[in-house]
Amino acid sequence: MLDLVREYDVLGAFWVTVQLTVYAAVGSLVIGTVIAILRVSPVRIFSWAGAMYVNVVRNTPLTLIVFFLFFCLYQLLGWHLAPLSARSSTHAFVWGVVGLSLYHASFVAEALRSGINTVGVGQAEAARSIGLDFGQSLREVILPQAFRGAIAPLGNTMIALTKNTTVVSTIGVAEASYAMKNAIEFSPNVLYLIFAVMSLGFVVLTLPMGVLFTQVSRRLAVQR
Amino acid sequence: MASEPLVELVSVNKHFGALHVLKDINLAIAPGEVVVVIGPSGSGKSTLCRVINRLEGIDSGTITIDGVPLPAEGKELAKLRAEVGMVFQSFNLFAHRTILQNLTLGPVKVRKVAPAVAKEQALALLDRVGVRDQAEKYPAQLSGGQQQRVAIARALALNPKVILFDEPTSALDPEMVGEVLDVMVALAKAGMTMVVVTHEMGFARKAADRVVFMADGQIVEESDPETFFTKPTSARARDFLGRILTH
Ligand SMILES: Nc1ncnc2c1ncn2[C@@H]1O[C@H](COP(=O)(O)OP(=O)(O)O)[C@@H](O)[C@H]1O
Ligand SMILES: [Mg+2]
Repeated sequence: MLDLVREYDVLGAFWVTVQLTVYAAVGSLVIGTVIAILRVSPVRIFSWAGAMYVNVVRNTPLTLIVFFLFFCLYQLLGWHLAPLSARSSTHAFVWGVVGLSLYHASFVAEALRSGINTVGVGQAEAARSIGLDFGQSLREVILPQAFRGAIAPLGNTMIALTKNTTVVSTIGVAEASYAMKNAIEFSPNVLYLIFAVMSLGFVVLTLPMGVLFTQVSRRLAVQR
Repeated sequence: MASEPLVELVSVNKHFGALHVLKDINLAIAPGEVVVVIGPSGSGKSTLCRVINRLEGIDSGTITIDGVPLPAEGKELAKLRAEVGMVFQSFNLFAHRTILQNLTLGPVKVRKVAPAVAKEQALALLDRVGVRDQAEKYPAQLSGGQQQRVAIARALALNPKVILFDEPTSALDPEMVGEVLDVMVALAKAGMTMVVVTHEMGFARKAADRVVFMADGQIVEESDPETFFTKPTSARARDFLGRILTH
């Protein structure tokens, strides 16, 4: 087993998976929060745009989004997010993060919206009645409670994100499943071991996440 | 009335779809006046409160607070809302903030009071409504009566010109009604301008300058509390009083 791990640099590959996960988690949380705010905005065109984003992106396969970004925007149109001199694997990594962020942002937005729905209208009315404007009401009263209510569904989204990073192996990012594909090709004799090692790797990443999110969600739950 | 009205509604109309909830409402409230609004459920009492601080918009007519017409949505409106306190039936304390933070949020964010000063003033207000020892707790840890007293203190923290109360004791267990009414009576005696939707006749008799009786979106009758409760002139008011008194 150790030979296998060493030969295909499994640890290095999982490290790339972790990096993809962390960057895309931050990206999707930021974009998803913005989308969620658009969705609850009283301005019709904003809420329409937010709903449109969620419905289109959530119902498009992640592979399609990643392919579109990488082959159309990057290879065809030549949009560079990394310095031109960077290695092609770096370009793929950056576009992979963008694709994962955009895709999971729609799930983050939905999680937050369900969190916002757990906050009663009375909270928003009380916020307005003490003179807070729309932005302050969101920042000080609605979102802090919405985030608390959304921690559990956000946890599910982050676990899905971790596993979905495997999709970017298709554009050549050398993450865990990429190493796995190599291993299967060149060491088919230990096929079962390869599967065991890989699934163990993902469980090691996602299981603590699940425990953490459950605990934080319990700790921070808003009593009503 | 000698002085200029502090709150004035002129020919205010409001619909919810086809439903005409406020019908040509005219009401002027003088500084320091305590007006009790009474009437059957669905008559538009809550809506009346909610249009005064524009939680609901109106279809026609004008509403002025201290001579200033209510602005449309935006920063100006937010500023004006701070002048009009509101106490809700269901308290609506901010669930994720301590009692103290519930009181300081408005002063710090809206009035730009320094946090230390706001805290000082908040503690004094909590003292005034008798819940200073609860300052560090969260709303869910308090009884309904305590929460409603905190809600009154939260409204007071912004130094409003008028406070609107929408059935402040209807959601309370009977044994807690008194403690909240006591705070409101004290507030009335201290000269606060108040609009109070309530069926508590004891409060109306003790603290109100005027009783306004609403039915079907209209102001049917208004007079001083004693006259209203003993010699109502309209059939609707007599009918309504008959029903709440036999309960
Ligand atoms: N947001 C709303 N949408 C539609 N109808 C409403 C809304 N709020 C109140 N109403 C209706 O308006 C009428 C007056 O309601 P309300 O002002 O709450 O009366 P009250 O406080 O005197 O019981 C009721 O018939 C009620 O059903
Ligand atoms: Mg009501």
